[in-house]
Amino acid sequence: MSAATAAPAAGVRTDARISPRAHLRHTGALVRRNLLWIRQDPESMFDAVLFPVVFTLLFVYVFGGSIGQSLGGGQDAYVQYIVPGLMAMMGMNMAQGVGTGFNQDFNTGVMDRFRSLPIGRGSVLFAKISVEMVRMLIATAILMVVGVLVGFDITNWPGLFAAVGLSAVFGSALMWVFLTLGVVMKNAQSVQAMGFLVLMPLQFGSSIFAPPQSMPGWLQNFTEYNPLSALADSARGLMVGGPVAHDLWMVLAWSVGITAVMAPVAIHKFRTKT
Amino acid sequence: MTVRGLVKHYGDTKALDGVDLDVAEGTVRGVLGPNGAGKTTLVRILSTLLAPTAGHATVAGYDVVRQPRQLRRVIGLTGQYASVDEKLSGWENLYLIGRLLDLPRKEARRRADELLERFSLTEAARRPVGTYSGGMRRRLDLAASMIGRPAVLYLDEPTTGLDPRTRNEVWDEVKRLVGDGVTVLLTTQYMEEAEQLASELTVVDRGKVIASGGIEELKAKVGGRTLRVRPADPLQLRPLAAALDELGVTGLAGTTVDAERGAVLVPVLSDEQLTAVVGAVTARGVTLNSVTTELPSLDEVFLSLTGHRASSPQDPLPATTSEEAVAV
Repeated sequence: MSAATAAPAAGVRTDARISPRAHLRHTGALVRRNLLWIRQDPESMFDAVLFPVVFTLLFVYVFGGSIGQSLGGGQDAYVQYIVPGLMAMMGMNMAQGVGTGFNQDFNTGVMDRFRSLPIGRGSVLFAKISVEMVRMLIATAILMVVGVLVGFDITNWPGLFAAVGLSAVFGSALMWVFLTLGVVMKNAQSVQAMGFLVLMPLQFGSSIFAPPQSMPGWLQNFTEYNPLSALADSARGLMVGGPVAHDLWMVLAWSVGITAVMAPVAIHKFRTKT
Repeated sequence: MTVRGLVKHYGDTKALDGVDLDVAEGTVRGVLGPNGAGKTTLVRILSTLLAPTAGHATVAGYDVVRQPRQLRRVIGLTGQYASVDEKLSGWENLYLIGRLLDLPRKEARRRADELLERFSLTEAARRPVGTYSGGMRRRLDLAASMIGRPAVLYLDEPTTGLDPRTRNEVWDEVKRLVGDGVTVLLTTQYMEEAEQLASELTVVDRGKVIASGGIEELKAKVGGRTLRVRPADPLQLRPLAAALDELGVTGLAGTTVDAERGAVLVPVLSDEQLTAVVGAVTARGVTLNSVTTELPSLDEVFLSLTGHRASSPQDPLPATTSEEAVAV
């Protein structure tokens, strides 16, 4: 077919560039899609709602008494310890959500449809991230409400917001790992299972749930270099007071490092996905 | 659409091994081949989802590798893979695609309504696509690829896995689109589908084109249709077969008798030959139970074109028999 005879129908533009406004419009349309998912399938919000409730109650009431003692207090002392720790995990959940969502789009063929449309490939990603960020903020709000109900003192509001931001920053770095998994793995379940396998030892082998002092030496060494410890400790510092600077820099360095390594991998895998 | 020497390798596997293809504007080109012949790879390259290893292709005047964005504005893709969002309603799917194609809100709404109406989906418009039947889904798929009024439409095995009635519905829709002047590239595993929809046919196997030409031409090559004539009286079977053999209208293969099912099989190449056979039967005053025509299966097509069977074994094809009840 020759170019001259291929005049597209009126109303369809033929230029190659996508303007920033068009990007915004596409992302907006895709955000709407992701929000409609939640309306259609409210259960998908369960994890965002239930995670903070279940984990807070579980850890505070089951382990709180005994771990609290090693903190030199009781259950009340543990509440101040665990709530910032759970806050640190919010960003990781977001990262996992982006990865599994992406994987679903690939497997159902929806991604092929999008890729055959004249939109920037980033739009699909930005839309997914925006929605997962909203989900994360909702989960964070619920965590804070439940935390306050079981006795958490919010003494430092700016510190609280800074901790949320830090969790999101680290989550965004981790997102590249989950995006890679999302592109490579066969289905959403395996992305989740893989994420669980990688994240769980990292989460429990850190200072998120319990202070490492009582752990065996080799594990203490591990927790010391585990970025999740730095993340939890800096969230603690920001929310309830204490030293922050060193851990904060560690978290930022890790975030930059993970992004530098994994973002090119994820983009490469995405581009060459067959 | 012009495709020259298209090659796609996955490691050692040659999914496409030098494919040439031309599709004239406003025509339907069928690409027939078994699973793994490279049909989907071809469609994915031509719809910019995949970069070829070598060779080049222009669609609607745009190079698939160098001008993907322009090309994406003028193509529609419906296939095994490219799909709609199951969690959204039919309407929301179409509206979303309209917005992604830069239609203003009002226009995107209007277009979604219009296409749902056209594809008889208005009643199901607000239901999530996950609740749709197979046929409704394929129709929505087609509607989704029509939002941007594409000049070129790719249909990648549009009826694989559908029951015969639903398949006919989809065929009817495709025929209407072709009537509107859309250029179509259709991949299929079924000779019958190619015959129903395509005017030109390319047969592919293991990433190579093994035959290409007008559909009538290829049908003649593979022996056209087979007429299955069943006399009411089984005793008439052999005399009838002898008479039809003498008639000399048979195609490549001679007249044969399927004694088990009480039928005479007459390969014919044209409608005229078919009519002549029926005429000869009538002239002899034989009462018939049924007359049916059968298209060659993919296996038979391959057998006659290449001398070997289709390279990958596949599920049994849906009946390639079209009943043409002829009361004699």
